[in-house]
Amino acid sequence: MKAAPRLPAAARAIVDGDRRVLARTISAVENGDPSADPVVRSLYARSGRAPVVGLTGPLGVGKSSLVNALVGRLRALGQTVGVTGVDPSSPFTGGSVLGDRIRLERRADDTGVFFRSMASRGAAGGVAEATREVSRLLDAAGFDAILVETVGSGQVDVAIRDIASTSIVVVVPHLGDEVQTLKAGLFEIADIFCVNKVDLPGADLAKRDLAEMVTLGGRTSGWAPPVIGTSTVEPSGIEELWNDVIAHEKFLDASGERTQGERKRLSSEIVGLARDRVGRELTRRLERDPSLRRILDDVVARRIDPRTAADRLVTGSRRAR
Amino acid sequence: MAKARAPKNPPIRVLIAKPGLDGHDRGAKVVARALRDAGMEVIYAGLRQTPEEIVRAALEEDVDIIGLSILSGAHMALFPRVLALLKEHKAGNIPVFAGGIIPDEDARRLRKAGIRAIFGPGTSLEEIVTTARSLARRTA
Repeated sequence: MKAAPRLPAAARAIVDGDRRVLARTISAVENGDPSADPVVRSLYARSGRAPVVGLTGPLGVGKSSLVNALVGRLRALGQTVGVTGVDPSSPFTGGSVLGDRIRLERRADDTGVFFRSMASRGAAGGVAEATREVSRLLDAAGFDAILVETVGSGQVDVAIRDIASTSIVVVVPHLGDEVQTLKAGLFEIADIFCVNKVDLPGADLAKRDLAEMVTLGGRTSGWAPPVIGTSTVEPSGIEELWNDVIAHEKFLDASGERTQGERKRLSSEIVGLARDRVGRELTRRLERDPSLRRILDDVVARRIDPRTAADRLVTGSRRAR
Repeated sequence: MAKARAPKNPPIRVLIAKPGLDGHDRGAKVVARALRDAGMEVIYAGLRQTPEEIVRAALEEDVDIIGLSILSGAHMALFPRVLALLKEHKAGNIPVFAGGIIPDEDARRLRKAGIRAIFGPGTSLEEIVTTARSLARRTA
């Protein structure tokens, strides 16, 4: 094994608990600022320790309130928590109102909790592009558990699956009949189902529909997602919810699924990063090189088709006809 | 998620909070919405925040600017406390602006104490947005 390289100063500060540097580094990661690059690289080795728990589900089901309840539970257990909550950016102005923080109740001097709001900044899938690296930074900063709250998700917003070790899908009563539970997408990624606002009428039916769907199986793993009823008004089910997170994390270790899943996720992350880089390089070439620009002219003029143009771009054969 | 990298000018991050015991958040919400529509990322911290909570949020969220809204009359106690805490955390460079019911004499003293802009009733949203943007850009 290679000797651990010396950490850059900012990375050292993050590991040593400097929350200001952590906050600034998160901004740099979000902004694609190159100054974050060495920090992110050097801290990777220190991630992968804390469970990363994703909370996802439609808007208004109570994700932020559940995050607050779980933070309370974890603090009661003496654990520290890093939280990031994602809200949507406007497709028109790029602006955003980040309101996940509003539910957070904690003592202002409690350094065991760090909360960061993120705007989705145009990313699809329910999280921001930077969310994965931000949750790794929180992990490297030494928090015992990481919570990630997605934007209010639709049926295809499943990107949390690539970030979280345990995904909680949160619903409320009367979201739809049992046919909804048959549909692909969001409901497939749940490691735990949470029926929040369980004090409302219809909660039993919602729980039963989900439990029935779980018994239909279809998952390849040996884990059957439990269905938990919770309320944050008169708190109930929160301990049980966290216990199930722990149970799932233990299952991941015992079954070998953690390693398997990580390999799969990291492989797609690496390919994605490489693809981004190659894509940027191609874009740069296309923008700068006048002969490559001619390819574009040819396509616009219908002299060649876009697929042929792409062939030429990739092979770099500029004038070959 | 092969998305385009963030733009060269990252969005301004602004914290909007209501310090103290004051349940009137209509104005703060309208301002939050206006700043959003101006392309900013607005962290809405909401009601009944202590100065300690506000400063903590500003640091964790790494904001460029802080907006405080108050209608309770406690501004002379709460605003200077926020400014002092920011300085204490070596974050005195984060500009703070304020809005609400603040008598002229108090406003003068608060400006002297370091509140960068104070918006009374009837201020246009455009003026708030323009001022917030220029304050944030100057420190960025």
